[in-house]
Amino acid sequence: MSTESLRPERQSIGSLPEGEAARQNVSSRQRRGKIWQGILLACTIFGIIILLMLAYNIVNDAFGGIGVQYAVEEEDLTDGRPLEELSQAELIAILETNLRSRVLKNLERERPLAERSREELIDIINDEIIKPEVVAVYSLSEFLFDRPTIEAELRKSHPRAEIEFKSWLSWDFIVTPMSSNPVEAGIRTAILGTLYLLWLTMLISFPLGVGAAIYLEEYKNDKPFDERIPAGRWMNNAIQRSAGLIETNIYNLSGVPSIIYGILGLAIFVRALEQFTSGAVFGYADPTTANGRTILSAALTMSLLVLPVVIISSQEAIRAVPGSMRQASYGLGATKWQTVWKIVLPNAMPGILTGTILSISRAIGETAPLIVIGASTFIVTDPTSLFSKFTVLPLQIYNWTSRPQPEFRAIAAAGIIVLLVLLLSLNAAAILLRNYLRSKRVST
Amino acid sequence: MSTTTMNDSKYAIETRAMNIYYGAFRAVKDVTFSIERNKITALIGPSGCGKSTVLRSFNRMNDLIPGARTEGEVLYHGQNLYDPDVDAVQVRRQIGMVFQKPNPFPKSIYDNIAYGPRINGWKGTRAEMDELVERALVGAALWDEVKDKLNQSGLSLSGGQQQRLCIARAIAVQPEVILMDEPCSALDPISTLKIEELMLELRQRYTIVIVTHNMQQAARVSDYTAFFLMDKEDRAGELVEYDVTSKVFQNPADKRTEEYVSGRFG
Ligand SMILES: Nc1ncnc2c1ncn2[C@@H]1O[C@H](COP(=O)(O)OP(=O)(O)OP(=O)(O)O)[C@@H](O)[C@H]1O
Ligand SMILES: [Mg+2]
Repeated sequence: MSTESLRPERQSIGSLPEGEAARQNVSSRQRRGKIWQGILLACTIFGIIILLMLAYNIVNDAFGGIGVQYAVEEEDLTDGRPLEELSQAELIAILETNLRSRVLKNLERERPLAERSREELIDIINDEIIKPEVVAVYSLSEFLFDRPTIEAELRKSHPRAEIEFKSWLSWDFIVTPMSSNPVEAGIRTAILGTLYLLWLTMLISFPLGVGAAIYLEEYKNDKPFDERIPAGRWMNNAIQRSAGLIETNIYNLSGVPSIIYGILGLAIFVRALEQFTSGAVFGYADPTTANGRTILSAALTMSLLVLPVVIISSQEAIRAVPGSMRQASYGLGATKWQTVWKIVLPNAMPGILTGTILSISRAIGETAPLIVIGASTFIVTDPTSLFSKFTVLPLQIYNWTSRPQPEFRAIAAAGIIVLLVLLLSLNAAAILLRNYLRSKRVST
Repeated sequence: MSTTTMNDSKYAIETRAMNIYYGAFRAVKDVTFSIERNKITALIGPSGCGKSTVLRSFNRMNDLIPGARTEGEVLYHGQNLYDPDVDAVQVRRQIGMVFQKPNPFPKSIYDNIAYGPRINGWKGTRAEMDELVERALVGAALWDEVKDKLNQSGLSLSGGQQQRLCIARAIAVQPEVILMDEPCSALDPISTLKIEELMLELRQRYTIVIVTHNMQQAARVSDYTAFFLMDKEDRAGELVEYDVTSKVFQNPADKRTEEYVSGRFG
């Protein structure tokens, strides 16, 4: 082979295009670039279309029309004036003329009508006399663009019903607890559950994850025990091996399906540690729970789930602190811990926080492990402590979408909006926090 | 490290048959020389001959490199720095370091200086710290340029100012020896000149060891010069010649030194 390559005809160095050929060559290369640019643009547009479809779908369900049927029309009660404009005396008069005397007496016994506020009276009139009833649900697109069809349809089935605009996402929806009546159901219980879970998961996984990341990045090669005695050597070896084992498997751990963490959580936190996670060892017994299916168990499970990602992202943030910073610190006589605490951590903190918040925000959307550990799917009481029963947003949404009534589909869509807003604001908070910490480190 | 062995020897650092390894590779072999107090000693030689390695061995910065190992002795006031009972942290407080690339902390100028004393257990009032910071900055000829913006980030300074900040940071812990590894290689000629002037001033109070590729710089500022060269066979750096700077540059004993300093080599 070597003799072959020495043959003179093998020593030609080819030719580069010149003149017209060079120009054509350039334009053909440019053309190829343009084609690729077009393909990349198409990919981007595809992504945007998917996003728009998602948004359309959600909005289409969360807002729209309802067919409402009233027992008594408001105008008939008030001679055409809106209820809100009536005085207290007029409202009481309406109640007295329209309610049966037994109902009236009951109300008086609870609290005299004259002592009640106007809002309260209006509520009573709505509930007891007007009695709105949702008899049909229409999506936003039907409500906006298909009005004649749905009106005709409604007139056939419920001649007295009217079509009204309805936003299923409302302040009432956010602050009311769960109910089996979809029109009255709210998402407060699930929001509180999610927030509780989020905080607790953060509280558990942040120190553990960052601690492990610091050890793996800064101390892995240290020998904490005396090398001169066999036991010390053995311990050092064991520590280094387990650190190495964790390090090489951490990516595998982060890829383990979340349901498996759920099974682990069920076995460990819900069952084995029931005394602890139910609060029994602290003398705390929630009569409605009385087992380990508590927020605490869920948070511990979620912490297991996000821990690998928290460790990985913290490791990356710590690794990104330039070695020159560490050397400068050591060069001044700092110990390792001083260097880690005063130089490495402050510089890595923006990255650590962003990574942690992002990985935990992923956990908000997790449903599978929580189903496995037995989170409640129907619960009307707010969580009050670590040891409460709870539900979370995705579970609540899942529960609603699996019901047949169209009203539930609509509030599920409203719930999805709440979940997305929560997620996006967490991500935004992560970005703002990072920018803030960065700017602080540079300018001070 | 005990200070009882502190003697009035004229040498700050002495090495005895020093060999430095990176894993199995011997980077520096059999270096024996003594660095005089309150003098500037320049380490010169072609790239890869082990100058930085030797310099880092003086304050045990090589300890931070996994696999690095030093054999032989490095005596500081008669005490071997590599004795098992010597703590590298203690060594580095007394033998400070300035690096090739300016590396101020992303903190304020004030905190950059205050960091060293604080981590070393400094005690005093805020006013005393102000005084300490001022003295360090005056000592590094930076005070006039930064006295109105002590709260600004150290990173907001120019490269040359950053390097003087690093020098101020090093002298704030009151070391005896300052090691400088190519401190001017990232700087423009004017900043370089300023740092050279500064070194000549610092010589009165500190022992300075500097690595440089700039022959004129070595000739201008140093009192002694050590010339290192890589052995052709085992690629380990060795000390070829060590003498008064004027002698090394004008009348070297070794032919290889002459070739190097006259620019016909390396
Ligand atoms: N961290 C390290 N790990 C392994 N080998 C190293 C390391 N640092 C330096 N070396 C090797 O040691 C030898 C001496 O390196 P050193 O950095 O001391 O040279 P130098 O004289 O400072 O060179 P330069 O003038 O380019 O800075 C070189 O062969 C280098 O490859
Ligand atoms: Mg070097």
